[in-house]
Amino acid sequence: MPNSKQMNQLLYTLQIADNALILGHRISEWCGHGPILEQDIALTNTALDHLGQARSLYQHAADMFNALSSDNKKTLFTSTALQNKINKGEALDEDDLAYLRDGWDFRNVLLTEQPNKDWGYTVARSFLYDAFSFYFYAALQKSKDTVLAAVAEKSLKEVTYHLRWSSEWMIRLGDGTEESKTRVQEALDSYWAYTGEMFEMTAVDKAALADGIGVDIAAIKTLWQERVNMVLEEATLILPANTWMHSGGKECRHSEHLGYILAEMQFMQRAYPDMEW
Amino acid sequence: MNSDNTTKHIYEWLQQVTDPEVPVLTILDLGIVRDVRVMGDEVTIVITPTYSGCPAMDVIGINIRMALLSRGFKKVHIEQQLSPAWTTDWMTEDGKRKLKEYGIAPPVRKTSDNPLALFEDDNIPCPRCNSEHTELVSRFGPTSCKSLYKCLDCKEPFEHFKCH
Repeated sequence: MPNSKQMNQLLYTLQIADNALILGHRISEWCGHGPILEQDIALTNTALDHLGQARSLYQHAADMFNALSSDNKKTLFTSTALQNKINKGEALDEDDLAYLRDGWDFRNVLLTEQPNKDWGYTVARSFLYDAFSFYFYAALQKSKDTVLAAVAEKSLKEVTYHLRWSSEWMIRLGDGTEESKTRVQEALDSYWAYTGEMFEMTAVDKAALADGIGVDIAAIKTLWQERVNMVLEEATLILPANTWMHSGGKECRHSEHLGYILAEMQFMQRAYPDMEW
Repeated sequence: MNSDNTTKHIYEWLQQVTDPEVPVLTILDLGIVRDVRVMGDEVTIVITPTYSGCPAMDVIGINIRMALLSRGFKKVHIEQQLSPAWTTDWMTEDGKRKLKEYGIAPPVRKTSDNPLALFEDDNIPCPRCNSEHTELVSRFGPTSCKSLYKCLDCKEPFEHFKCH
């Protein structure tokens, strides 16, 4: 059964929120482990921006969820912890969507859940995602969903800063020492295979675009590619030649990494339901 | 007290609510109060967050509530408004002066400049010795709204309130 307009809008919002939360969580893993204090702080600040964006989006998704009919509420998620809450007739909030969904209800692209590994991998992942995110939010400002448009307008300013930071680091590492160049090239080659999914139009994307809510992501690919080419050239790095791409995250099929992220992130709420501090 | 007068008083009280991270600035200096609405004994304060994840926003909301509660308003609503997005262009001149006296270099330009530029650095004068011979240490600082600089003349490190 195809999703209703409202349900699709909710799933579309979750897709954006999940990207922000999962990448934000990954980046926050650097907190206290950065190579130097200033860069530790840079990543922690960036993670905070992502989490802030995720919070606004999850609350919006929760508001849309609470307005659905009780039949529709039961079909959207399969995570047991969330189902228990829904079956009791309780309203959901941002925290429920972040902490009570299992991996198969998450819609983030696979790139965001890939591990930090080292500084080169972390920078390459951020750069590839930030460049996407910049053009995505720029386009989302025109969404007919006024909350999405407002979040996009606000987030774009933050993402601009992230993109500048990650672009500069690509150049610093690529045009740096033999060691830094080799390692960031390896990271770029490895994570390149996760970039295709960002531009894939799923059924949710297509319906959101048709409803005037979503972004034509296939169309922003050219802009993304131009930015990537420009920075890689400046960084004296080689554009990866592989065209085979991983896919599945946007349709809730994830790599093994997501489970570990959720196990750590959701532990407190699962072990001590509704705890606050 | 009529509602125009009430609104005027509320603005005066809000001028005493400060940013917990940068206590020299009030929330009016920062430009985050977007509207004050009075309906009978109910007050709605509309604020806009500086950065999406800024933890100070929750504290600011609580402080606004406390300030109004202590003046007898029991029904206080805090509304967050995301659009138009907050910009340092809304910071008052008085706020910028206070920042500089506090040792934080204030934002220097309008924020609409080329967003895709690389290695673009503003010339940020040192808030202590006014030298323009300064250097960016890090684009990110101890809070979302600040970056780190160093003065090459007086050798003092200092924080800069980013143009946003």
